[in-house]
Amino acid sequence: MLQVVDLHKRFGPLQVLRGVTLNVRPGRVTAILGPNGAGKTTLIRSVLGLTRPDSGGILLDGEAVSGDAYRARIGYMPQIARFPGNLSGADLMAMLADLRGLHAGDDALDDSLVARFELEPQLHKPLRTLSGGTRQKINAVLAFRFRPSLLILDEPTSGLDPISSGVLKDRIAEERDAGRSVVLTSHVTSELEELADDVAFLMEGRLVFSGPAEELLRRTGQPRLERAVAQVMLHHPPLRGVA
Amino acid sequence: MLKVARYESSNILRGRWFLLYALFFVLSTDALIRFGGDGGRALLSLTSVVLFVVPLVSLVFGATYLYDAREFTELLLAQPVGRGRLFGGLYAGLALPLSLALAVGIGLPFAWHGVGDPGSLVTMLVLVACGAALTLIFVALAFLIAIRSDDRVRGLGMAVGVWLLLTVLYDGAVLVGVALLSGYPIERPVLGLMLANPVDLARVLLLHRFDSGALQGYTGAVFSRFFDGTGPIVSAAVLALWVVTPIALGLRAFRRQDF
Repeated sequence: MLQVVDLHKRFGPLQVLRGVTLNVRPGRVTAILGPNGAGKTTLIRSVLGLTRPDSGGILLDGEAVSGDAYRARIGYMPQIARFPGNLSGADLMAMLADLRGLHAGDDALDDSLVARFELEPQLHKPLRTLSGGTRQKINAVLAFRFRPSLLILDEPTSGLDPISSGVLKDRIAEERDAGRSVVLTSHVTSELEELADDVAFLMEGRLVFSGPAEELLRRTGQPRLERAVAQVMLHHPPLRGVA
Repeated sequence: MLKVARYESSNILRGRWFLLYALFFVLSTDALIRFGGDGGRALLSLTSVVLFVVPLVSLVFGATYLYDAREFTELLLAQPVGRGRLFGGLYAGLALPLSLALAVGIGLPFAWHGVGDPGSLVTMLVLVACGAALTLIFVALAFLIAIRSDDRVRGLGMAVGVWLLLTVLYDGAVLVGVALLSGYPIERPVLGLMLANPVDLARVLLLHRFDSGALQGYTGAVFSRFFDGTGPIVSAAVLALWVVTPIALGLRAFRRQDF
């Protein structure tokens, strides 16, 4: 489980995160929502260690994160799936496993997605010859491969055909049901409605709502998530949720 | 670190541009040997080619590669690997293949044509070593540029700008300065200026091999006279410093950067 405590981050004159405190619970899919520039990306990058916050704490499974080892428990799926063009998907998988000191066939590796995406024939071709959708599938495989306890997925189904999108969503649900934490960002409302258990709503660097999706619906009096989101963005009343 | 280097190298070695770079040197070297008459003359011309092309390709190819690899670099940073090791792997994975292209590109034609005399063999090795040093230096500079500047177009502009500055503009400025201030004892400042430019250092090192005072130019002649026998050693030492410093700066920038 992930805890973010009072995170602040400024880039030059711009204060991007203004004291964000968030609880990502295990066995739940937490969707991070907010308009562009709200700080979603910065928040995720802070958890991943890509960006160093000015102040505040980040705790994974109760321990404050420090050093590099904690990232072994995180599976990250970046928004844009760009990889070294001359390597193959298999090379990439081997590279990341190698970095973690694991080898092909190791029990610690979970490659079930490869079969479910029917990806095997594509894995030995140079990545630059593959379509965007195929690269996104490889992107997903890499994120799930190392059995992470926390998944951070940035627009995971972007570029995927409906069948693959369904496969990935099923997989996300399975991880959730198995008690792991999933953090999701998405602009696709149907996906959010299908998957999101908890919602963390960022606006201008502050969490205006944090809690179960049903709670957000109840407070805004809206029947669907999309409407609720729109309402929050329109009126921007500070909704304090129960984390 | 070696693991990352291996995969990155693998990526580059299979690429089109690497092949073109290596081929460029193979063909140039070959042509120069055939039409130059002997190995010594070819090496002299090759010196100009290397001093001109290697910094440019290292900067531009390096910067382009890094900008293209931005998202992948972020994915790697999200793995349980330290930034220092990652930097080392990315750097080596870029600098080593480029150096290899140079070494093979020059070495191969000499291998099948024959080098001539032992003196020329040493010169060729010094040439490859200087070329490798320049590759290491300018790839590190490419890293600094790519890390500091988010904008790809601006970064590539800076890369070309640095190249122009250290090759064409530098020597031009020194020449103008020398011409204007010829009445004054400017030999030490000129010396200092030369040590401040890795391309000039490499040039001095190489032209010393050809033992032709006229070719060394003003700066070279001053250098030879000042350092006498120790000239090459001083050049090599400062060149080594030039290799280490940008790498250290690049490492520090990579460690501190907010991605």
